[in-house]
Amino acid sequence: MNVLAYLIPVSLLLGAVGLIGFLYTLRSRQYEDPDGDSRRILDETWDDRPKP
Amino acid sequence: MTAVPDPRPMACPGCAVAPMDMAAPEAQPDDILLSLPEIHCHNCIRDAETALLARDDVAAARVNLTLKRAYVTPVGNVTADALVETLAGVGVVAHPLDPTALQSKATEAAGRALLMRLAVAGFAAMNVMLLSVAVWSGATDATRDMFHWISAAIALPAVAFCGQPFFAGAWRALRAGRLSMDVPIALAILLALGTSLWETALSGHHAFFDAAITLCFFLLAGRYLEFRTRAAARSAAEELTALEVPRATRIVGGVPLDIPVAELAVGDVILVRAGGRIPVDGVVREGTAELDRSMLTGETIPVPASDGSAVAAGETVLSGPLTIEATAVGRDTALHRLADLVAVAEAGRARYNPLADKAAALYAPGVHILAVLAWAGWMLWTGDMRVALNIAAAVLIITCPCALGLAVPAVTTAASGALFRRGVLIKNATALERLAEVDTVVFDKTGTLTEGVPQVLGWDDVPDDARRVALALARGSTHPLSVAIAAQGGDAAEVTDIREMPGFGTEGLWRGARVRLGRTGWAGPEGDSDAGLCTWVDLGAGQVFRIRFADTLRPGVAETVAALVDAGLQVEMMSGDREAAVTATARAAGIAVAHAGCLPEDKVARIEALQAQGRRVLMVGDGLNDTGALAAADVSLSPASALDAARVASDMVLLGTRFDALPEALRCARAARRRITENFRIATIYNIVAVPLAVVGLATPLIAALAMSTSSITVSLNAMRGIWR
Repeated sequence: MNVLAYLIPVSLLLGAVGLIGFLYTLRSRQYEDPDGDSRRILDETWDDRPKP
Repeated sequence: MTAVPDPRPMACPGCAVAPMDMAAPEAQPDDILLSLPEIHCHNCIRDAETALLARDDVAAARVNLTLKRAYVTPVGNVTADALVETLAGVGVVAHPLDPTALQSKATEAAGRALLMRLAVAGFAAMNVMLLSVAVWSGATDATRDMFHWISAAIALPAVAFCGQPFFAGAWRALRAGRLSMDVPIALAILLALGTSLWETALSGHHAFFDAAITLCFFLLAGRYLEFRTRAAARSAAEELTALEVPRATRIVGGVPLDIPVAELAVGDVILVRAGGRIPVDGVVREGTAELDRSMLTGETIPVPASDGSAVAAGETVLSGPLTIEATAVGRDTALHRLADLVAVAEAGRARYNPLADKAAALYAPGVHILAVLAWAGWMLWTGDMRVALNIAAAVLIITCPCALGLAVPAVTTAASGALFRRGVLIKNATALERLAEVDTVVFDKTGTLTEGVPQVLGWDDVPDDARRVALALARGSTHPLSVAIAAQGGDAAEVTDIREMPGFGTEGLWRGARVRLGRTGWAGPEGDSDAGLCTWVDLGAGQVFRIRFADTLRPGVAETVAALVDAGLQVEMMSGDREAAVTATARAAGIAVAHAGCLPEDKVARIEALQAQGRRVLMVGDGLNDTGALAAADVSLSPASALDAARVASDMVLLGTRFDALPEALRCARAARRRITENFRIATIYNIVAVPLAVVGLATPLIAALAMSTSSITVSLNAMRGIWR
């Protein structure tokens, strides 16, 4: 059962990584324009280099 | 992409979670907002953003396709109108929005806070459930205790953060001496956590940490759905308001100056051009014009006004211009006194008791009594506080209104989404339920059933010469009646020296004679009172002909009325217009009962009389004279073309120009109501099965988790079954 000492923290850590990732997307306002973001990906303007 | 990543490090999840950190990084206070109603693809987004950013005075521009808006951060003094012109240059239609009418920022912050709580609750619920599965599958002794302690370490802080809306709601309700749905929720969560901690400390078998946090998760999901539905409707309604930036032209020392209406003061001299709406109550100082009072009174015949006449805010100048000295502005105008009528009438609607509250009123005391009885019974039977408290906590958790919390929001979300796609905007949370109970529909006439745009009647009966002269004269004027004549088309006579006489009509020279097109008493004979809406053509030498007009019905009105009557509803019409016009419209629309000459107070009285007969009334209207009736009715609807005040007073706004969606909206509302009652029944059945188990002490955390999750999921799935046939 000693394996639990590693596995439980690891599983909690993985979950926390997902949670923090979600909170990051929420705070950087990535859910404000779902329609627009799905269309912007079709735009070719900045395909070759990132937008300055 | 201009999404600005937050500069602060996020090492600690607690910091990331704290809602006070929600300062919006993007929205600046002096951003210019534009509505872009026609954008639909990535090319439109790129064109608009490129055009805006190409200007030197624009620091940042971001198009939001979901809201169909552009946010522009200006550098210097750039006006919204200049940006609109820039966008028109690349073929993008734009309208300036009044940012003060939009409360989206506060709404967005509330939505993000709720979503954040939902995410944290979901994360905690998953992990605690995982640990609980291990306990249910047979972990014993030290392992079980360890799992319980870890669950407690996750669940306690998570509930402290996620449960805040429920604790705050319960506290508010208790302080007001009421029992809301939040009270049993908060009690169940706290009691479950408390007894579970106690059990864990004593190495007990059963801990309800998983139940407490899952409860939070499901309830927050319901809250979030509810919030999303309301926010979407509110933002669409606010946008309609924000599109009308009210401005007026003030004359200072002979120079006209464009200023916001809010800055006007008594004594100001204001210029109102033809087609403009009068922003203040006042007295005409200069000019002669005809006024359209239909928004205030429902009367379709224009009223003449000249030097010294009193005018009221909300009237439209048909021919002009008029110079007006303000005698009352803002809240003192007649327009606002009508709005006061709304405040009085609205008190009646506040008494409406939504289904969810009725359920809560039955449910909350029942649950508490049941839990207390279970605790007292076991206390008497065993004398063991620990067992009795555990049983009471189990009862509270099993009965906790997870499914009830989802029963209403899940259905209203599905139904309002379906209605929104058909062009019906639900502004009020309980409007859908009230719509389902309606058995009488009352329509306003002018601007609601009719388009408010006159059409020529019997054009072919007018002699040829008169027709051609009328056409020639009508083309030189922007008066609505002239526009209607010009719309008939055909050959115009050669009329020279055409002059518009504001307030009277148009005159010119034809074959050497003076010809006129205009109102009774100027172009035509004096004192013909039964004439209705008409104008006269005077060909000189006593040849005078009348052209009649009628306000045409909106397309599809007769079909809508027929569909409503078929559905078993009583349909009536109320108008401030004259008897003849009202009867004609009622006949064309197929409405049996019509009331003419109604003052705003009469309309309210009629609605109240119907309600006194036990009827549930849906009022459909658009004018200021309808606002009182709209607020007094059980539920109200106004077309998007209605005045702002009427839209504010209504529960629903109809986008587009047709009423076809109305019978379907009624059917949808009834379907939604049935689905809500079904959901309550499903939730009750789960309780009936599980509560006896809890009371006799057989409710293990496993049974609690199963009952809670399956009932919530069944209820959500039932809500999503097609409401719209």
